[in-house]
Amino acid sequence: MAVDSPLRDRFELGLAAPICLTWELTYACNLACVHCLSSSGRRDPGELTTGEARALIDEIASMKIFYVNVGGGEPTIRRDFYDLVEYAVERHVGVKFSTNGTRIDASAARRLAAMDYLDIQVSVDGADEATNDSVRGTGSFTAARRAMDELAAASFGAFKISVVVTRENVSQLDDFAALADHYGAQLRLTRLRPSGRGADVWSTLHPTREQGRELYRWLRERPEVLTGDSFFHLSALGSPLEGLNLCGAGRVVCLIDPVGDVYACPFVIHDEFLAGNVRDAGFGVVWRDSELFATLRAPGSGGACTSCGSYDACRGGCMAAKFFTGLELTDPDPECVFGHGEAALARRDGAVPAPRADHSRRVPVTLSAR
Amino acid sequence: MAAPAPAPTDFDGSGAWCLSSDVSLRDESFGALAYHHGNRRLVFLKSADLVALVRRLDQFASADEALDSLDDARTRAGCRRALRALADAGIIRGR
Repeated sequence: MAVDSPLRDRFELGLAAPICLTWELTYACNLACVHCLSSSGRRDPGELTTGEARALIDEIASMKIFYVNVGGGEPTIRRDFYDLVEYAVERHVGVKFSTNGTRIDASAARRLAAMDYLDIQVSVDGADEATNDSVRGTGSFTAARRAMDELAAASFGAFKISVVVTRENVSQLDDFAALADHYGAQLRLTRLRPSGRGADVWSTLHPTREQGRELYRWLRERPEVLTGDSFFHLSALGSPLEGLNLCGAGRVVCLIDPVGDVYACPFVIHDEFLAGNVRDAGFGVVWRDSELFATLRAPGSGGACTSCGSYDACRGGCMAAKFFTGLELTDPDPECVFGHGEAALARRDGAVPAPRADHSRRVPVTLSAR
Repeated sequence: MAAPAPAPTDFDGSGAWCLSSDVSLRDESFGALAYHHGNRRLVFLKSADLVALVRRLDQFASADEALDSLDDARTRAGCRRALRALADAGIIRGR
């Protein structure tokens, strides 16, 4: 779905409700991926109760938000996970949830396969155990494959295989596509961001500029591969990739975190991008009235990028990628395809902002064999 | 589970059409968003005329009749093209 320019301009001014609402149900996670966007691990004692979560779903339904992207942490760790999913789909709020797959056994797969309006993304970050487990932890590849096997055995249908593209796995794109074909699944690729624990590994794991060009060419040939508009910074290389090709933060996208805090997007869990909390007066008020979102929707300056001939293609790139690498929001994307971001990184001074909430476990995680 | 996408229907203006029961519409300043819960297609309806037309398609004996109710020829032509695309996406269906 390519979107014409006038419509994209309208989207930059914001919508009545988000198109893409991510709701992270819990900070609890049984893995400790090195690039976790939300620095998840330990449950936060202030997480929304079942009653609060249901009230939020009611509001999401009344705002005609068509679906929510449910994540975490590992969302299936919440005891009321299935209840909440069922509550949502009964109200015609579709659920697309991301999981590491460790808790999807045969009975869970059957239960999930019986539900309408439900999509599942199983995350792997390598096409083989060694590549994946170096990022997601020992045993995580086997666990994810087992979940895929169970979903296939339960005739779930076309689930998604979700991959964060890194310097180490970008050479495996064809293998990921083959893995998806093997299961009749859809492949989804997303961008590694310097958010959460990702800040610690971004400089060594983000694809090189040459790899970015390879990825662009690969995606251009495969419009069926989903990206969640992740790689719009690469659209500066030529024809646009599929998607809206804009930073949707606070305009068409936002994040509700496990304690009800609303952030401009899933990649900016930081005070500067905190718009409000759903516990105060609900989500709709935050979406419509927050000062932060008003600022993000105001026609802005492209800063250093406006003089670049490709500004209309990439619109300066990803706000979160700039922020958490210590760049100004008017600087080029750190992974600018023309290298302007690398130049900006070399010039930057001062500290890189730390994420707001770190729920990382304090002891190393070991995934027990089942 | 992921529902299989319904086979796209060829748009025939002489037939009777309506909004699919699997579709939610949300008004926006530019028109509306339409989402098909079955095939997961998100479609942009880029004018208020089109949104109004789609909402009352089921009140006309045919899509042609619904289009004829529009005064402006350019709007009519634009809406006809849009209905064809909406039929392809399964947003509207024959009834």
